[in-house]
Amino acid sequence: MIERVCVVGAGVIGSLFAGHLARVANVSCLVRRDDHARALNETGLRVSGRHEFVGRVMAATDPSELEEPDLVLVCTKATGLEGAAGALAGHFPRATVMTTQNGLGAEEILRARGEWPIVSAVTFMSGTKHSDTHVEYILDTETWLGPYEDTPYETVEEIAGLLARAELEVQGLPDLRPAQWSKLIFNATVNGVAALTGLPHDFHFADPEHLGGLVEELMAEGKRVAGAAGVELRDDPWEMNVLATQRGSAHFPSMLEDVEAGRPTEVELINGALVRAAERTEVDAPLQSALYAMIRGREASYS
Amino acid sequence: MKVCVVGCGAVGGLFAANLAQLDDVEVWAYDLDADHVGAINERGLRLSGAGEVVGRVQATTEPRELPGCDFGLVATKSMHTASAVGDASPALEHASVASVQNGVGNEEAIAEHLGKVIRGTTFPAGRVVEPGHVQWDVKGDTTLGPFEPSPAPAEDIERLADACTRAGMPTEAVADARGPQWRKLIFNASTNPIGALTHLSHGRVCEREDLRRLVTGLVDEGKAVAAAMGIELDADPEDLIDHAAEPEVAYDHKASMLQDVEARRQTEIDYLNGGIVRFGAEHGVPTPLNAAITSLIHGLEASWAR
Repeated sequence: MIERVCVVGAGVIGSLFAGHLARVANVSCLVRRDDHARALNETGLRVSGRHEFVGRVMAATDPSELEEPDLVLVCTKATGLEGAAGALAGHFPRATVMTTQNGLGAEEILRARGEWPIVSAVTFMSGTKHSDTHVEYILDTETWLGPYEDTPYETVEEIAGLLARAELEVQGLPDLRPAQWSKLIFNATVNGVAALTGLPHDFHFADPEHLGGLVEELMAEGKRVAGAAGVELRDDPWEMNVLATQRGSAHFPSMLEDVEAGRPTEVELINGALVRAAERTEVDAPLQSALYAMIRGREASYS
Repeated sequence: MKVCVVGCGAVGGLFAANLAQLDDVEVWAYDLDADHVGAINERGLRLSGAGEVVGRVQATTEPRELPGCDFGLVATKSMHTASAVGDASPALEHASVASVQNGVGNEEAIAEHLGKVIRGTTFPAGRVVEPGHVQWDVKGDTTLGPFEPSPAPAEDIERLADACTRAGMPTEAVADARGPQWRKLIFNASTNPIGALTHLSHGRVCEREDLRRLVTGLVDEGKAVAAAMGIELDADPEDLIDHAAEPEVAYDHKASMLQDVEARRQTEIDYLNGGIVRFGAEHGVPTPLNAAITSLIHGLEASWAR
């Protein structure tokens, strides 16, 4: 029975999880900044948009100040994952840890710091953080979870049940890899092309006269890598791309926002993970390799 | 002889002002920038930097004011070749006309309007710093040769090369000018857009192993297309790329395409990587990396409307 949940990292995704879960569980937040923790303790966490409420949370910057949780949701960006895993090392030995990062490899980074049972998740929900204590819930799309290593599927179902009671859209899957890889190929391509061109994810990405041809080739390379890795994709990334651009809204992928702000991107867990998988499976991926090299180059240009 | 420079920006300006030093050459310039044209007519066309020159050049924004010329030198940005040459074609009807532009495809565009075409490749560089004034950054050689499908007579090519050389712009007339053109094309196409996409200088691109590998991938596609066309490169673009990456050469150089991107000016991508893709398709040579880079730069250009 999950009674206590600790959310690590209160950005958009962490805040959405923490705010919603606070209505069905005892929620704590582990954050990096003291003023962030203080603000959360004083005013709680306001969720607006698709749902409207204020959740009460207990926040701290040091895990030893928090009561031992049954479940830890690691919601930092990929670039903050090493730091978060280091902070958790040696704490909460009875908890299950769930990763929510984009890309591949978050589980290995946590495994290197502890023996917790791990559940993998990918989330498609999105929002905007208006302040340290206010997040707007914009897209109520699903979060998918699945077991990592020998974590029993019952644990996944129990977490899925909890998230559903908190009124989040959720689906438990016996094998997450097909979904994780669909999103990996989608993100490596769309986020990478957006970051290099400065275009949000809009109609250009599906237009064969424009970026569509390149996007399809990049995704075809990704699909060949998935095939060689023995993964049968849950959704076709190209169809995900067409569908998303048909909605008419132009989403700004985080990698584009990151390069425009001169911040480190999630390139390693996304494009890096895909290119390394291509090398491991001996699949040629010259276009994905080019994209990866250029995003890393763009990061190097900050200094 | 009368020479008309079509597009009197940096490179056009270097040719115009230097050629105007010669007693036997009358230089006209056709350019759409009225301030630049006015300043040239008032004070002459001034070069500074690698050479200090003021040339008496007759400039106009009106093609009808141009006299019939013996030679044309086209130096517009590549995307403006067709319209500029079309506008100036009455004055160039009997002229031998050379492209001294970047990339490939310009001679084809000139030949749509005119019969005697010269394939040119030039390395000097500069920039317009104010109306009537061009900063001459880099000296360099020029090569002229016939545009094979619609060539200018060999003696015209010799005459033009001789005049440029006497004017201080060393120029060689050759039987096949494709080698130097494709060497420069491959160099530019393999480095310029990588700078534009990553915001890194030439030297920083080259010292990153993964980006240098990408550059080589682009070079190899260009070489394969050139080989399929029967073009023998006059030097290995790889050597030029490595040479330019040395600290005392062009390590810190910001690719001109990166400068275009920063100023949100349309780039010449369709005549660089896009040209390699087009000629590759004609000759059955796959060019996936050059096609990818072309698409990404088009995406970058589209983002300016955001």
